[in-house]
Amino acid sequence: MACELRSDKLDAYVDGELSLAEANELGTHLRGCSGCASEALERVQMKRSVADAGRCYEPSAELRKRIQGIMPRPSKRDSFWGWQVVALPAALVLLVSLAMSFYVSREKGQRERVYGELADLHVATLASAMPVDVVSSDKHTVKPWFEGRIPFTFNLPELKGTDFELVGGRVAYMGQAPGAQLIYRLRKHEVSVFIFQDRGAQMAGWASDPTSMLSFTFETWTKNGLRYFVVGDVSAADVDALSKLLRNAG
Amino acid sequence: MPDAQFEELSMPLFDQLYNFAHWLTQDRSEAEDLVQETYAKALRGFSGFQPGTNFRAWIFRILRNSFLTSRTGLKVAGHGEEELEALASVDPSPEAILIGKADRSIVRQALQELSVPFREILLLCEVEEMAYEEIAQVLAIPVGTVMSRLHRARRALRALLIEKFKGGAHGL
Repeated sequence: MACELRSDKLDAYVDGELSLAEANELGTHLRGCSGCASEALERVQMKRSVADAGRCYEPSAELRKRIQGIMPRPSKRDSFWGWQVVALPAALVLLVSLAMSFYVSREKGQRERVYGELADLHVATLASAMPVDVVSSDKHTVKPWFEGRIPFTFNLPELKGTDFELVGGRVAYMGQAPGAQLIYRLRKHEVSVFIFQDRGAQMAGWASDPTSMLSFTFETWTKNGLRYFVVGDVSAADVDALSKLLRNAG
Repeated sequence: MPDAQFEELSMPLFDQLYNFAHWLTQDRSEAEDLVQETYAKALRGFSGFQPGTNFRAWIFRILRNSFLTSRTGLKVAGHGEEELEALASVDPSPEAILIGKADRSIVRQALQELSVPFREILLLCEVEEMAYEEIAQVLAIPVGTVMSRLHRARRALRALLIEKFKGGAHGL
């Protein structure tokens, strides 16, 4: 039987809803308490079973066509492309529809993979002896440091009057593409901001609001051809506040 | 927001919305009508959608509300969580560990037998992998209620699974 004190936290733990500090604390407890560990294992197994059994109903092609039929048509200003689409042969339409269903099933896994990679980068950076290569709270020092190191430039926000503090930056790689990683501090918590060149359609449908995964909160958006990610073990509201500052920078 | 963005935001969710609708209605044709009604309503109300807020939670909420006001939804609305409270209060048993090895069809059957409030919250959490905050938005309940309902839903599902094993209908 699990300890009463911990039992109520196990759901939040397996659902990735605890803060990093709480998750670490519970993780330590699980390593020493076989009752809680077995209960946590059972919950994880049950989550997997339900996730597997729950993904079972697929819509018909006919329904997809019906739904596509009610979508707003492009305006006249876009009519060049509109006419092109209308004129495309049926084979191409089928190809697009196949590609779309392939994309939908891949989208979730892809997002998990990218978020997992970014969480690893974030944790590895904080664990390293030299987390940042340019140490400065001054955006006018950090931004020029990246010139010549990455193939793009970006603007950083003014932090006066906010609880955020810029710690510094380093070059980060995702899928072998170089980008900027900036570390911000908020009430003793570090938050990473990653900026890469936008990969376009691959991430186009990703929700821009804060998402919790792996005990971290993520937020992502695109601006001026760049893809931004904010990753941290702070609340969704804090991640959102930093994201807003970045979105409005320059 | 401009209507043109509606397709971009809503079509990637098409498969998930249909799966959820089928789980709620337990019927293909009703699920298809529900998805179509959801898209039509969402498109009509899209000008009121706040950019930067959670589109997925918004459209799932429309689907769920449409279901609750449908014929099937009204029928099940009366049979709430209380019905399975007794099951949900069963103490975890050692057999429960076997749940992890449960056959997919048994889990599916147990999910179908759960009341709608329990079934829908498990689907949103496990299948859609929504965060508590997002589930709270879809179901229009506080996050604290999400946590307690989810806990009871899991206990109810576990109790149903144990019952099935004890019944000996399917060996593990």
